[in-house]
Amino acid sequence: MLRGEMGPAAKEALALQIEVGRFFGAKRFVPVSNVHMMGDIEVMGDAGKRFLERMARLGARCARPTTTNARCIDFDYVAQLGQDPNEASKEKQLIGYLRKMDVVTADTCINYQTLYQPHRGEHVAWGDTGTVIYANSVYGARSNFEAGPVALAAGITGRVPEYGFHLDEHRRGTILVNLKADLKDLADWGAVGKIVGSARQDYFAVPVFNGVKQTPTADELKHLGASLASYGSMGMFHMVGVTPEAPTLKTAFGGGKPSAAVTVTNRDIERVYASYDRGGKPLKLVVFSGPQQSLLEMKRLADLLHGRRIKPGSHLFVTTSNGVKSAANQLGYLETIEAAGAIVLEGVCFYILQDIAQIRVRHGWVNLVTNSAKLANIIGAHKFKTMLRRTAACIDIAVTGEDRI
Amino acid sequence: MKKTLPPTIKVDRAFGDVVEGEALVSTEGFSPRYDLDRWSGLISRPGHALEGHNIKDKVLITPSAKGGIAAGWAFFDIKHKGIAPKAFVFGVTNPVMVQGAVFAGITITEGWSASPYKHIRTGDLVRVDPKRKTIQVVKKS
Repeated sequence: MLRGEMGPAAKEALALQIEVGRFFGAKRFVPVSNVHMMGDIEVMGDAGKRFLERMARLGARCARPTTTNARCIDFDYVAQLGQDPNEASKEKQLIGYLRKMDVVTADTCINYQTLYQPHRGEHVAWGDTGTVIYANSVYGARSNFEAGPVALAAGITGRVPEYGFHLDEHRRGTILVNLKADLKDLADWGAVGKIVGSARQDYFAVPVFNGVKQTPTADELKHLGASLASYGSMGMFHMVGVTPEAPTLKTAFGGGKPSAAVTVTNRDIERVYASYDRGGKPLKLVVFSGPQQSLLEMKRLADLLHGRRIKPGSHLFVTTSNGVKSAANQLGYLETIEAAGAIVLEGVCFYILQDIAQIRVRHGWVNLVTNSAKLANIIGAHKFKTMLRRTAACIDIAVTGEDRI
Repeated sequence: MKKTLPPTIKVDRAFGDVVEGEALVSTEGFSPRYDLDRWSGLISRPGHALEGHNIKDKVLITPSAKGGIAAGWAFFDIKHKGIAPKAFVFGVTNPVMVQGAVFAGITITEGWSASPYKHIRTGDLVRVDPKRKTIQVVKKS
């Protein structure tokens, strides 16, 4: 491949991967069976778009099934959101380059719920940190955070350098978390991720949750993982009796001892909710996004919104994938949610929306209320003041404007 | 009288060209998605330790990597917009920062033998040498 026998694009892709592998002391490459990449105009800009155009022109083709993460534009809502039509047309071009390289532009950050469920020990190359932590922790598959350019490279070469979570030694637990809290809402699970992740920003820290009171649902693990990855930059966790590499506490730590132990109680969770300050400004924006909503989350939103109306002057946004939106439409959930006045966007995530900072200013939004701890963390660069609330409380705020925590 | 320069700091891992630039020292971790205005190079996140500082042409010294998958494209983007730092010096980093820096051709290091907070102040001229795996203050501000 490095001799260029598989074309200049494959040569360039492998050279990039070798350099990254060298940094981390990787000794060899391992084959991957599935690739998930982030690529949209908001994050890659004109230079990234030119790179994709060049790779497509050089004849790059994905050797493994490669899907795309959420992007920055839902083409049906460009005008309504007031996004730059010029950027929207660049996004269309960019999608064209990806498809030319045989990338499946599925545009979802919940591929692990909707598209592909890797098995234990399977090596994959996924981007979007929430997808990676879910693959490693819940499926027992093996992936590092693979950013856009290197994920595309993995799609083209069909392999990744073996370091980090591809190796047993990095998959063992390092921190013990005693779960003493009653976790009743997705936001509670996100709050746990915030507490554990904020205390230690370390990709190679692997928390082990012990004492979970009930079997968590897929959506609960999704919010926990997305939050740990966001606040702690973490790529893996174990949950004793729940996740595949943690049948017992001892196995989860692989014979080692935790370097630290923390306990999370109901009081800790309540302290997270009490930590937000609305700055005396109204709560006019509520968002369910980051990650995209699953079909069951859509159903819950429909149940909570049934027969209610968003307060005039307020906005409620929901983001999901094309597949989930179609199913929600068929099942009537979409109609209920939209009848309440919510805007349901597909194929996007709220924090990466093109021109989100300008949209914020135009609407005079100061605060953003969400049940996603990840979203509450990640949107800071666009100067939103955020507030994490439980799902039902978020809906109440959207309907009444009042925060009755 | 000539000021005595602080000792050379060794780093664990490094990539890129030898660069010299003004240090911008952060006590807080960094992410281009969470913290940076990717059109101006200003740290824009309210309350960030470096809020209001510009990373352009600086040697950014930061304890940790935050988040996110974005750096992979974002470093390439800011490099082409002419607002990239000369180097990223991380205490602990994550693969995305490394992947992004390699893709963009920006010098990056991880791990340090001695705390840079003791020896390096914002504004000092520092030299980052990935081959020798060293960071050195060349001139105190």
